[in-house]
Amino acid sequence: MMKSRYLPLIATCLIFVLAYALCYWQFPFMLSTRVVGNLLTDNAFLGIAAVGMTFVILSGGIDLSIGSVIAFTGVFIAVVLKETSLHPLVVFALVLIITAIFGGIMGAIIHYLEMPPFVVTLAGMFLARGIAFVISTDSVPVKHEFYTFLQDSFYRLPGGGRITVIGAAMLVVFFVGIIIAHRTRFGTNVFALGGGIPTSKLMGVPVAKTTIGIYAISGFLAGLAGITFSLYTSAGYSLAAVGVELDAIAAVVIGGALLTGGSGFIAGTLIGVLIMGLIQTYIIFDGTLSSWWTKIVIGILLFAFILMQKGLLLAASAQKK
Amino acid sequence: MNSLKRYAPQLTTLAIVLLLNYLVFPDFFKIEIANGKLYGTLIDVLNRGAPVALLCVGMTLVIATKGIDLSVGAVMAICGAVAASTVDSGGGVFMALSLALLAGLICGIWNGVLVSVLNIQPIIATLILMVAGRGIAQLITEGAILTFNDEGLIFVGSGSIFSIPMPILIWIAVGIIVTFIVRRTALGMLIESIGINQRASTFSGVNARVLLILVYAVSGLCAALAGTIAAADIRGADANNAGLWLELDAILAVVVGGTSLLGGRFTLIGSLIGAMIIQSINTGILLSGFPPEFNLIIKAAIIVIILVIQSPALQSKYIEYRDRRETGKTPVGKDAAS
Amino acid sequence: MNKNQPLLKATKIDKTFPGVVALDRVDFTLKAGEVHALLGENGAGKSTLIKCLTGAYHRDGGDILLNGETISPRDTLDAQGLGIGTVYQEVNLLGNLTVAENMMIGRQPQRWGMIQTGQMNWQTKEILSQYGLDIDVAQLLSTYSVAIQQIIAIARAIDLSGKVLILDEPTASLDAKEVQMLFGVIRKLKQKNIGIIFISHFLDQVFEISDTITVLRNGKLIESVATVNISSIDLVTMMLGYELGEETKSKEHDGVEREILVEFSNFGHKQSIEPFDLVVGKGEVVGFAGLLGSGRTETAETLFGVTPHDSGTATFKNKSVNLSSPRAAIANGFGFCPEDRKTDGIIADLTVRENIILALQAQRGWANPLPKSEQDEICKKYIKALDIRPTDAEKPIRLLSGGNQQKVILARWLATNPAFLILDEPTRGIDVGAHAEIIRLIENLCEDGMSLLVISSELDELVAYSHRIIVVRDHQHIAELVGSEITTNNIVEAIAADLNVDNGQYELKGVIS
Repeated sequence: MMKSRYLPLIATCLIFVLAYALCYWQFPFMLSTRVVGNLLTDNAFLGIAAVGMTFVILSGGIDLSIGSVIAFTGVFIAVVLKETSLHPLVVFALVLIITAIFGGIMGAIIHYLEMPPFVVTLAGMFLARGIAFVISTDSVPVKHEFYTFLQDSFYRLPGGGRITVIGAAMLVVFFVGIIIAHRTRFGTNVFALGGGIPTSKLMGVPVAKTTIGIYAISGFLAGLAGITFSLYTSAGYSLAAVGVELDAIAAVVIGGALLTGGSGFIAGTLIGVLIMGLIQTYIIFDGTLSSWWTKIVIGILLFAFILMQKGLLLAASAQKK
Repeated sequence: MNSLKRYAPQLTTLAIVLLLNYLVFPDFFKIEIANGKLYGTLIDVLNRGAPVALLCVGMTLVIATKGIDLSVGAVMAICGAVAASTVDSGGGVFMALSLALLAGLICGIWNGVLVSVLNIQPIIATLILMVAGRGIAQLITEGAILTFNDEGLIFVGSGSIFSIPMPILIWIAVGIIVTFIVRRTALGMLIESIGINQRASTFSGVNARVLLILVYAVSGLCAALAGTIAAADIRGADANNAGLWLELDAILAVVVGGTSLLGGRFTLIGSLIGAMIIQSINTGILLSGFPPEFNLIIKAAIIVIILVIQSPALQSKYIEYRDRRETGKTPVGKDAAS
Repeated sequence: MNKNQPLLKATKIDKTFPGVVALDRVDFTLKAGEVHALLGENGAGKSTLIKCLTGAYHRDGGDILLNGETISPRDTLDAQGLGIGTVYQEVNLLGNLTVAENMMIGRQPQRWGMIQTGQMNWQTKEILSQYGLDIDVAQLLSTYSVAIQQIIAIARAIDLSGKVLILDEPTASLDAKEVQMLFGVIRKLKQKNIGIIFISHFLDQVFEISDTITVLRNGKLIESVATVNISSIDLVTMMLGYELGEETKSKEHDGVEREILVEFSNFGHKQSIEPFDLVVGKGEVVGFAGLLGSGRTETAETLFGVTPHDSGTATFKNKSVNLSSPRAAIANGFGFCPEDRKTDGIIADLTVRENIILALQAQRGWANPLPKSEQDEICKKYIKALDIRPTDAEKPIRLLSGGNQQKVILARWLATNPAFLILDEPTRGIDVGAHAEIIRLIENLCEDGMSLLVISSELDELVAYSHRIIVVRDHQHIAELVGSEITTNNIVEAIAADLNVDNGQYELKGVIS
């Protein structure tokens, strides 16, 4: 019985290990700190955004605005750095406040107007992307010595791999996310909402506060992902990060969370992100396989996990009877 | 008269948008014939609006059953790719069209089976194809933009009959045919009854399972047509960008048209007007010299306004308020008695 | 605290909903350390009273005193803070959280903002051990049986409230052994001087566990008595509103040998109704009597394929038939007016016309629409025949009153011209005039040769039109009354039979576990 709760997570880990073993078997170099370091760096922005998405999905919601918020953040940073002499850290703080408030407002609309998160965050998606467009339609390069400093800082692993600032940032975000989700009252409340809002209300869970908090976190982390993305690309472009929300949703589901909410693990999402990164790395290593296989394989994994969750639910209810 | 009244909010909105367009661009309503084909901004609106108009026909039926179909954009890409690769490998336009429609049908049935037989939430079920669909399309086009010069297929996108561009004819024809089918048969009512109360409908013998598959299949077919037109228009299948985010435009058109996202009563005509409103806004922004960047912000604003109007919370508050006002008028004697 | 002072005292509670007086000056008194059963059929006002006590509804009039002080709970959380906790049938806890999280949510022990999981689990274990429960509290709640979840919910309610515990149908989904486990817990709570309000439709359980019984009917207080002073027959009589000895007109056994229309043998469904045999003749009205939750609705839903039977067979006109879904049942000429109009009957946003033709249209298939003229004719016919008001068939059905909605659903089935029609509580929540009409209609239909199965808690109605009555209790068909046996007395006696053997000295029936 205990297994069913951890089964999706175990399945995710198993898939990851198997996939990595397969990669290693074909390309022994895949098991090097260098590849691992790149895996972390390349997927840092997705990973950070996916942590926010995990909170949203755990609560039974969905946030479609993530990709747009990342693009907005990138453009905002690039333009502000170009136009003013503010220090990047100040700009970072500013943009994080904006995105957190943005998310919080969406949460408030979802709660107080009782509207489906899907539609509300769809409006948010249009709005954030639109504002990014309005700020600048061009790709604005970022040239700042602080950026160069951050990009050049890394921790060298034995074997030549690098843990970059953004790679490390993702790991830190995951760590903090795990603590918040699984070790705080807020985290328990997030799971409670996913289990059922009316029941949560009856049990005294502060539904309004929690909902707003969840979307504020998602907005904040999308902002942080935007900063990461800006460091990764050294530019801000309003057409960037299109569809990242889909990748994030996929990572969360492959990470073993139930899309209907109430069950899942932040750590699972990390592995979900890494599995997706691994597929991409494999395709690059292979050279003959085309990039579209990534999408197809992710789609198949999504389907498999949704089916597995459905099966588990059925099995659980059959067992009860 | 009655139907005019019913679509009053949509028609008013459309009129206002068109009027605004006219104000910024006095030639807006000018239509001329050149090369045996109608030209003009208004025609352009109708022409460019074709994919969304087609998508929102299927989407309306899906939403009426309390569902949603996120995959239509990806299905467009798949079907465009199928059509393009068919003519490239020597098939004629009919072959291309049939295969594209078949592909759309299969995609739709896949979604329908997930929703109705496996009982997966529509938003989740259609997400799978939304993610994987573009990969499949790229698989067909082998990653490149698959161009073609088959006159027949190109005709579907940019030809004209009686001076009217094909895309316009197609979406209007599909709109009329589907409206005719759902309203002249019992289909429309049965779909609505599922969307309003699936349990009670099943109790009354409505075959919800089959009807659910059917609406997703229709949505797939509409996406196939839209995808073919989009490909024919640019004479190539672009797996990456064909129909990108059009599912969101289609959902928006349905909602603007007056069908509630919570399912139930639907109006295809309203949705089509909604699609034209959206396209007029797009064109209008372009014409006004207003930067196209504002397009998305305006869309966001429309969604927010509609959200507020449709919000169940606000509606119940309003009803409460209205009831309180009404009960305030009832005789005071009752209170005096206690 | 004064020993004689009641723990909870509600006086002259009034609650009116649009068109319905749900509670009419109801008094209710609960003493500390008492188990007080609250009884009544659907619509009697039990749940309205509970909701007024827990703040889910705001009473229109009357006072609630807890320990002598007036209270007016704003909502259930407020009531909980005041000391009134509630546990519902479908456990209102979160299955996706652990037992400990459910118990401690919102008050988990923390250090530096982080939950001390070990301490939380330990505290929960401590609390549950008082109830004789030794389980792994770090497991998800959903991994435990309903009975254990129920006890966890009770433990939580007591831990948070500690004065009054309301148990709303707590035993509905428990087996006999689990019921005893729950009763053990209730007895322990009694010793701790907690006042318990116990709502159940299992009369044997009420006799076993309760000290006092309060009966409500139609929003009015009927009586509050000590359990030892009442017999089960008196109790059933109070609940259903019949005076013993008062005979209602009963049909003479008409002696007509009816042609068999449908025959069910060994028909049943594991969770809802034990296998039964049932024969319905052509033009016969079979009445189903039993208290709420006895298995009467479950019987109907199994017959109609809503919960497809997992044992037995059915024959229709001597041919074996498939009844695996409502569609299949309808194809065989069945019809079913469900008890819960709102969720199972009406399609709220569709018009009266569309609601009337729905079943007929579904039967014909979507491609074969009823012509509009025919639709209008059907509607006109039934609106007139059933006196549906308003007469405008193009109004959404949600705007109609309950009684008229019921008539529209009836019309929906009559339009399909069924051979066998099942009516579940056809007269519930309908005004007196409509009652008479529906009864007359049932009689006319059966004269026309239609076979009917009618479930009703209105016994005199059942007696008036049934040729045969089947009494259901504890998910079993326990008695069959024919001809002159059909009297309200006999029905009440059958329902109450074997229930109380000398003042609560009740021996458990059906503990075959």
